[in-house]
Amino acid sequence: MLLGKVIGTVVPCVRYTGLEGVKFLIIQPLDKNRKPNGEPLVAADAVAMAGVGEIIYYEGGREAALALDPWFVPVDHTIIGIVDGVHLSSEVKD
Amino acid sequence: MIIGKVVGEIYSTINHPFYNGKKLLVIDKLNPSNNRPIDYIIAVDSVDAGVGETVLVVDEGNSARQVVNDNSAPIRSIVVGIIDEIDLWRVQIAGKSRKTGVEEFLKYIKYR
Repeated sequence: MLLGKVIGTVVPCVRYTGLEGVKFLIIQPLDKNRKPNGEPLVAADAVAMAGVGEIIYYEGGREAALALDPWFVPVDHTIIGIVDGVHLSSEVKD
Repeated sequence: MIIGKVVGEIYSTINHPFYNGKKLLVIDKLNPSNNRPIDYIIAVDSVDAGVGETVLVVDEGNSARQVVNDNSAPIRSIVVGIIDEIDLWRVQIAGKSRKTGVEEFLKYIKYR
């Protein structure tokens, strides 16, 4: 899992069967100090509560689809949770 | 599997139901040759690891689901061990014995 920040929404007009009602968000991957790191990507939202500007954590790969219901859907990144806080030990902050 | 160092924790109240009550750790992936961080990963804890400890992380879905004993869990990375000691191959280079990483070791055996 990695950290990301929601920067936008995607609304498809035609969806594959099983993806009806699933929210899609554009997320910017972040490093552990919450600085942007890498290219933005589109992720399904398994918690259905994430909004623009929020820090989230997301899972990629086969496991992404398992977070959704139904789970046998073509999805490669899913938002698993919304981050309240990241507590890093003082020695690694740079 | 990945050797990593726990550098922090993540707190979250709104999450997938599977993650309720699970401790999430921020882990630096370490290069075993020089102990420098390469990248980071967020993993679920299964061995009560704490900040500052060197840990063993599985980054593969089926193995992770085996550990949590749930076939439908949306989980890929899980901490499965706390490392006491890592001993890398020692080789003789220019008369001096020194610890080497995997890359140096491969170079060394190619050279031989």
